[in-house]
Amino acid sequence: MPDASRSRYLPQQALLLLVAVLFPVCLYVVFAVAPTEQKMGVVQRIFYFHVPSALSAFLGVTLCAAASAIYLWKRDRRFDLVAHASAELAVLFCTIVLVTGPIWARPVWGVWWTGEARLTSTLVLWLIFAGYLVLRGSAENADQAARWGAIVAVVGFLDLPIIYKSVEWWRGLHPKVLKASGGQGLDPTMEKTLLLCTLTFFLLFGYLLMERCRLGRLQDEVEALVHAARRTGAAAGRRSP
Amino acid sequence: MTYLRAVGLVAAKDLKTELRSREQAVTLLFFALLVLVVFNFAFDFTIIDFVTFGAGILWVSFIFAGVLAISRSFQIEREQDRIQGILLAPVDRSAFYLGKVAASILFMSAVEAIVLPLSVLMFNYRFGPRIGLALLVLILNTIGFAAVGTLFACMTTQTRRGELLLPLLLFPAAVPISLAAVKATGHILAGRPFERYASWIALSCAYDIIFLAAAVLLFDYALDD
Amino acid sequence: MNTAPPGTPEVGLALEARGLGKRFGPIPALDGVDLAVPAGQFVLLLGPNGAGKSTLLRLFATLLRPGAGTLRVLGEDVGNGDRAAIRRRIGLLSHQTFLYDHLTGEENLTFYARLYGLADPPAAAREALRAARLEGRGSDQVRTYSRGMQQRLAIARALLHRPDVLLLDEPFTGLDRDAALRLEERLREERSARRTCVLATHDFRAALGVADRVIVLVDGRLAADRPAAGSDPGSLEALFSTATRAGAPAAGAA
Repeated sequence: MPDASRSRYLPQQALLLLVAVLFPVCLYVVFAVAPTEQKMGVVQRIFYFHVPSALSAFLGVTLCAAASAIYLWKRDRRFDLVAHASAELAVLFCTIVLVTGPIWARPVWGVWWTGEARLTSTLVLWLIFAGYLVLRGSAENADQAARWGAIVAVVGFLDLPIIYKSVEWWRGLHPKVLKASGGQGLDPTMEKTLLLCTLTFFLLFGYLLMERCRLGRLQDEVEALVHAARRTGAAAGRRSP
Repeated sequence: MTYLRAVGLVAAKDLKTELRSREQAVTLLFFALLVLVVFNFAFDFTIIDFVTFGAGILWVSFIFAGVLAISRSFQIEREQDRIQGILLAPVDRSAFYLGKVAASILFMSAVEAIVLPLSVLMFNYRFGPRIGLALLVLILNTIGFAAVGTLFACMTTQTRRGELLLPLLLFPAAVPISLAAVKATGHILAGRPFERYASWIALSCAYDIIFLAAAVLLFDYALDD
Repeated sequence: MNTAPPGTPEVGLALEARGLGKRFGPIPALDGVDLAVPAGQFVLLLGPNGAGKSTLLRLFATLLRPGAGTLRVLGEDVGNGDRAAIRRRIGLLSHQTFLYDHLTGEENLTFYARLYGLADPPAAAREALRAARLEGRGSDQVRTYSRGMQQRLAIARALLHRPDVLLLDEPFTGLDRDAALRLEERLREERSARRTCVLATHDFRAALGVADRVIVLVDGRLAADRPAAGSDPGSLEALFSTATRAGAPAAGAA
């Protein structure tokens, strides 16, 4: 049994090692290899963390919604563990997006915050999935938390494109900065750097997801053991008057 | 018992209870009006005119009152475990959901029907013939808000901090509806042509349809099973 | 009745559980419960808090789906069968009244009669009011009723659609001595009418005289199953109090 759990743990360790190697490489490439952007200057380099975080957050939300839908259909607890872990990661990476966004925006646009559609949608997304975590925390038992979480995840996911559209229309014809800077004129080195960073972030996401799911399984086991221990304790109390 | 009759039965029961007790309807109305008064003090409307800010003010008032109304409406079912009584009956659970949505729409509309003319008086505004379009925008966005709100309220009212949790979940999810409502109402107040805000009305319609359908499918899971 | 081959619903069985289990997340609430209740039996369901009494009752009431094993109520499978058909034939009475304070007694009953799709809801409501000896107060709002009157109306509500099975979840909680005695008397009537009843309570003294059979649940499992008449109240009390005492620290720690 310990051997089995260790061999199951092996892919995680390999992934961790890979991420540990890739992150310093990313830092080196971002600061030493990638060219400095002409107009925005050195602050543009935050883009290599901002965009991969945003993509990771979106991956988390998508995974959470998919796992939630499957959970409601199959009622298999493993899917709920994946959904819960993905939601936590989505909130984590969303937070990084919301921190790096303004740091980038301040020197470039001259303001910390704008109603830019992507940034605002990310904030709303963060709020929805933070609410998801709070609601789960308020549930009576794990079963209820799983069902409730799944409902919010599915509703939130369906809501995303509508939120994005509405925020976009709301601001009227705001310049799409990301497209302008990241679209046609992206330097090939910049593009490769972005790819490398995105890959690294996705691997980190995968590692954290696996660890969080394992933690969820362990939590379940502990809860079941504590419950069983209470029962045997109670039974022992019955036998010895 | 046909499906629609069950929906009507639940909604009619809510309305009757509400008309009898009145306390909630009155509290809700005062709350909505209070929001208007606070805005009246916060901004000096002799300088800033209602056309610019009116839509936002109205919808803040409607949405705050709405979240209270929806939360309260489900709280009543939790007290004395009345929801169990209904779930025990041989009636489709989504019919119960739709009945609650219908009742919430009616409560919110009642508040809107009183607050809107009063705000028009308070801020010296004249609607003219555009009132019909304004009502259409009101009802479309109220439907979407009530649809998602009722689904969430079914869960949040089972928790101890339910009154706090519902706005926490509902406000972000209702962002499209809030923006559509404010923008469309704003255009109507300013007397702009329909083409300017037709897409907002389409967005509200899409939101209503998508989330009513999703909630009917998901409502069962919000209940214990 | 335990010799029947598995899978064939026995004629005359009101409730039939085989290996019935239910867990909430990782926590098992019920574990491998086998139980067959013939129609017309009055079963007393005892057990300490958290033993799974209310989970079992909610499974019988089709409010929960079985997690493991099978459960048949009146021959219909609760997991995959026609739940609405079961619901038409079961009633549930709890210590919560399920009644709307701002509706009158008659309106409450009419509302539920309509939900159950009864032929003539107002007539059914009036008749139930008469049976509950509340005909004089039918047009008063329920919030003006005394606790005892509310309980009588709650019973009338639970029996409105003449269910074959009546489930009772701690119905004595919150009743004063007078109302409790009246409820006991009422339960005796139900027993003589041969309605299948399952009464879950932790206070068995009030209901022991009414029951045909006593079942004790401890930690989600059947700990005892015996006829009420044959077992003397003293031994039952001993069994129940050990179960309660042993269960109490666990419940307190949770």
